[in-house]
Amino acid sequence: MIKYIVGRLLWIIPVLFVVTILTFILMHSVPGGPWAREKALPPQTVARLNEKFGLNDPIYVQYIRWAGNLLQGNLGPSFKFADRTVNEIVSDGIGTTMQLGLMAFTLAVVLGIPLGIFAALGHNRWPDYLSTAISIIGVAVPSFVLALLLVLFFGVNLKWFPTGGWKGPETWVLPTIALAGFPIAVIARYTRASMLEVTRKDYIRTAQSKGLADQAVVSRHMIRNALIPVVTILGPTLAYLVTGSFIIETVFGIPGIGRYYVTSISQKDYGVLMAMTILYAFAVAFLNLVVDVLYAYIDPRIRYS
Amino acid sequence: MATVEAVRPVIQTTAARGLWSDAFARLRKNRLAMVGLVLVIILLLLAIFGPIFAPYPYQAQDLKAVVANGNRPVHPGDAHHILGTDQIGRDLLSRLMDGARISMSVAIVVQVVVLLIGVPIGALAGWFGGRIDNFLMRFTDVMYAFPDLLFIILLSVAFRETPFGRAMDGLLVVFVAIGLTIWVTVARLVRGQLLALKETEFVEAARAIGVSDRKIVTKHLLPNGIGPVIVAVTLGIPAAILAESTLAYIGIGVKAPRASWGSLIADGQRLIRSDPHLVLFPGIFIAVALISFTFLGDGLRDALDPKLKGKQ
Amino acid sequence: MVTDDSVSEGDAPTIIEVSPDDARRVQTPTEAGANKRPKADKLLKVSGLSTHFFTPDGVVQAVDDVSFDLGYGETLGLVGESGCGKSVTALSIARLVPNPPGRIVSGEIVFDGIDILKLNPTEMRHLRGKEIGFIFQDPLTSLNPTLTIGFQIAESIREHLGLPKEAARDRVVELLSKVGIPRARERLNDYPFQFSGGMRQRVMIAIALACDPKLILADEPTTALDVTIQAQILELISRLSDEFHTAVLMITHDLGIAAGMCDRINVMYAGKIVETGSVDELFEKPRMPYSWGLLDSLPRLDDVRGDRLRTIEGLPPLLIHPPDACRFEPRCRFSRDICRQDEPELTQRGDSRHYARCWATQPDGWIS
Repeated sequence: MIKYIVGRLLWIIPVLFVVTILTFILMHSVPGGPWAREKALPPQTVARLNEKFGLNDPIYVQYIRWAGNLLQGNLGPSFKFADRTVNEIVSDGIGTTMQLGLMAFTLAVVLGIPLGIFAALGHNRWPDYLSTAISIIGVAVPSFVLALLLVLFFGVNLKWFPTGGWKGPETWVLPTIALAGFPIAVIARYTRASMLEVTRKDYIRTAQSKGLADQAVVSRHMIRNALIPVVTILGPTLAYLVTGSFIIETVFGIPGIGRYYVTSISQKDYGVLMAMTILYAFAVAFLNLVVDVLYAYIDPRIRYS
Repeated sequence: MATVEAVRPVIQTTAARGLWSDAFARLRKNRLAMVGLVLVIILLLLAIFGPIFAPYPYQAQDLKAVVANGNRPVHPGDAHHILGTDQIGRDLLSRLMDGARISMSVAIVVQVVVLLIGVPIGALAGWFGGRIDNFLMRFTDVMYAFPDLLFIILLSVAFRETPFGRAMDGLLVVFVAIGLTIWVTVARLVRGQLLALKETEFVEAARAIGVSDRKIVTKHLLPNGIGPVIVAVTLGIPAAILAESTLAYIGIGVKAPRASWGSLIADGQRLIRSDPHLVLFPGIFIAVALISFTFLGDGLRDALDPKLKGKQ
Repeated sequence: MVTDDSVSEGDAPTIIEVSPDDARRVQTPTEAGANKRPKADKLLKVSGLSTHFFTPDGVVQAVDDVSFDLGYGETLGLVGESGCGKSVTALSIARLVPNPPGRIVSGEIVFDGIDILKLNPTEMRHLRGKEIGFIFQDPLTSLNPTLTIGFQIAESIREHLGLPKEAARDRVVELLSKVGIPRARERLNDYPFQFSGGMRQRVMIAIALACDPKLILADEPTTALDVTIQAQILELISRLSDEFHTAVLMITHDLGIAAGMCDRINVMYAGKIVETGSVDELFEKPRMPYSWGLLDSLPRLDDVRGDRLRTIEGLPPLLIHPPDACRFEPRCRFSRDICRQDEPELTQRGDSRHYARCWATQPDGWIS
């Protein structure tokens, strides 16, 4: 199994390499360069800026410089805010973003898995219908719509929770729910499907033939085996949370790195845009690796071969 | 050796049913899937014939009505504007119908692109195996690592100012970008199907009697393996619609004055307290679209599942 | 709740009731058999058992009015082709028929003097695993891939016998040795995928024997195995059932297997028993054309090479609307009108416990 982990780790490197090259190339093919504004800057200013940021060098030199910086942990300057580096922007907000993501992930797992088990055990009866209804809502309502509805209903009408910001636990509730909505639905559906499949397996019949109590059959034989495939869905779930967080941060005005990401799009701050893309891609790759390792660990067939 | 008489009609047989009619019967029994199918058809009709039946052109501004309403957007239930208007008097229903066009275009165009690229490549990889397969798998691994939304955003932003980015009111870039992220899944699926079926005995038998490779793939493997592909395509549509809506919400893709449901929400959210209809109705339309394709996709998956064949 | 797989995990087992009988059961296997004090004259009496499956296409009468006896320590064969209802019969005895869509619709099953069909689910659960063991056909899919074999064997021990974990582990090691798995103590914490097919089936046998049951239901235990392993497994089952004085209901489609292991054989066809008798009676003087066909189809050493294998032409009937006639009739070359009009009963042949369901071979029939 160590071989498996090392293999996957090594594999990330070329993958991220390609991701950085792709990002770099795309950003540098934007016509008009990073200084294009509605009111064009005077040519001398442009020339000076280009010189300062080394944009007159051949592109591969720029890339090497940029990648070199990246490897040292320097995410580069912001092209918009002359006095801030991306590193500063990121360190300001990353704690907040990670907290939001973690809370949403926890909520998704803690609600989603039991919901799916519940639905499978009550197959074709009301637990199944209830769980399916919740799943449908989670799948059909985009996170930003859910966020706005939550704000409208709980924030404006009922005034139970504040409608934005990130100060104290009462501001955490609505954004976490909005972000977790889709993953809850997906995890619940996956768990339900997996449980239903396990129910049909022969070893369940063997367990029953031993005269075990229903509860033992369900918990020891069914749930345990059903949860293994569910782990595979956690990877995409984490990826969703990483990329979905910036939408939620925008809706609720949460000062995380996601909000910067979104504004950098409209403000054409390519320095921030590039750096954040890489950051997000790294995070997703790493999280996927963690999930893969977890999966290899809990399935004895992989762990011991 | 004594001959045995022919088996007599006392023995009953069930009527022979093909895989497809079997599956279709199962689909019909699934009420949720049927609801989904009906809604999908309605949406498609709305998209195709929308402009003809829309009460107003989507960009037409009925400023008189707004002024008459005290400079506020008209609320739903109005005689001239069933679902109300926005703050410059554009009829919400008409704009929603135009949005339906956009969403259905996303759905169809993207999946067509995905199939055109994904199926052949997946088939090639699965059939020939070896180095082609290896290369393809490495390539898809790389694509997988790039989070979809980020890639689409990157692509859209990069080409924003170019003719490519401005084509089709800014939608072409989005379609292509979404397609480029989804085809990988379909290609892998097709490859997987082919790999599994390639090793079966009936393929060996077909080979043994000299059927050409191409015929084996097109006449035997693809029809058998197509089930999961259909399901993947159908279930990929909600993802595409969702992606387009999300992008529109943060300002990428469709350009004013055209509006997709996502951008309608972005426009309307500032007025959510006073005029919630501007957010509610686009939200409902998105939800309906996503639900209907998801139900249909789930129903298709259950209907085509070979393990359920013959069972209920 | 148990979270680890090894037998060494400490966890109080769910003990229901440990009766004095059971307490006496907790002893080394070599003394086993002594406590199988019979409570009735026969271990198992099945009368008029009918099990139906309610499907959208109709009601499949998988087992139709089946009756037979099984004595304590006796090995009875249930032989027939696929779909004849033999597996469903065994599942019915253990009340493991999947419901939906299956259900025991009529009949009586008396096990060790207890009317099984009248038990509530909890009482039935006490019997399963403890008094009735089951060996399933495919050991690969019948074992939980994510639990160690040691744990899976110990499960019923801890459930029914209430042994503490040390004692349970010892018993598991003993069982594994008994079924012929070398280095048993080291392999306790191995997973099913780490064993070969034959070894896995031995594990299944260990599971079935774990609580020293009175009856073992063996559903085609060797069908999924290599031929060379088959003999070993069968011999193992035979030896152990003798040693522990355990009755075995041996389900198989292979007459050769039945002949080697069983004292008596029931031949099933299309949901009904069509012939029953001792092995000698059946092989020397079969009294039903289906049995003839079965015996005839066995390849023989003195067959001429190049000759075709002998088969019984045709297919078994569908069991949705079985006709009120002999079910084998369409494939039988000796049939006459009465075979199509009326279903024969199981009637005695000779003066022993040899019964057959055939108009032709009855004393007043047209075949002698």
